Amino acid sequence: MKARVHVMLKTGVLDPQGEAVRHALGGLGFEGVEGVRQGKVIELDLADGTTEETVTEMCEKLLANTVIESYSIEMGA
Amino acid sequence: MKAAVLVFPGSNCDRDLQVAFEKAGAEVTMVWHKDHELPEGVDIVGVPGGFSYGDYLRCGAIAANSPICTSLKAHVDRGGYAIGICNGFQVLTETRILPGALLRNANLKYICKTVPLTVQTSESIFTRQYNAGTTVHIPIAHHDGNYQADDELLAELRGEDRVAFTYDDNPNGSAGAIAGVLSANRRVLGMMPHPERAADAGHGGTDGAGVFQGILDALVEA
Repeated sequence: MKARVHVMLKTGVLDPQGEAVRHALGGLGFEGVEGVRQGKVIELDLADGTTEETVTEMCEKLLANTVIESYSIEMGA
Repeated sequence: MKAAVLVFPGSNCDRDLQVAFEKAGAEVTMVWHKDHELPEGVDIVGVPGGFSYGDYLRCGAIAANSPICTSLKAHVDRGGYAIGICNGFQVLTETRILPGALLRNANLKYICKTVPLTVQTSESIFTRQYNAGTTVHIPIAHHDGNYQADDELLAELRGEDRVAFTYDDNPNGSAGAIAGVLSANRRVLGMMPHPERAADAGHGGTDGAGVFQGILDALVEA
């Protein structure tokens, strides 16, 4: 089974990379891009029966730094 | 005085840190990240700069979960001393030994240059050789040195006199221009600038030597 973890910088934490991407989109002529936030997606290939609780623990311990990042989990993705 | 310097795959300032400790008079043991125990009787642990685990996932995140960091946490919980420089600072925030986090520099550039810092407190073994308010010139070399602290944490750090160093011109966008912070018991210092690269006349400057001399003097007296 698979799980997909999305990690994003928390709201309010400045995302300089997202800001650079927003600028670049403007430079390409895409108007009206008011904000870009860049995060990461981590795909996990898990043994059957692995619970969402275990994946949450993985996020808390390693996959996200909850001081600055939030995460969401999609099980069976 | 016994120092241990941790070595992770990708550490590249470990030997510089060893030399700086030795020059100040410490006996240094290098400790591989897969070791489970620090050497007997270690007074201070140095977490060096570099690119541990290639900065994968987040800078310092994987190193923070390596076996030796369990011993590092136990050492700190016992009231042991530690200093983390650059990637070492990132490791100390990832282990939650120090508060806050380090993000990509605000200008997205890797910055490698000597910068002026202000010593904010002389109340620690790391900064006792300096007077608060003194300007020192110490090199930085990092891509992720943008210290993140919310207003509450900033107020706490300032209220408890735990900001060790600030940048005079804040090159990376750090909250409060913070370049180095102390733990609540003042026995752990994390800083992005590299005092071990300004610890010998051959380096082009010796403003960082006081960090190591301060550690030695304090721990030899103790």
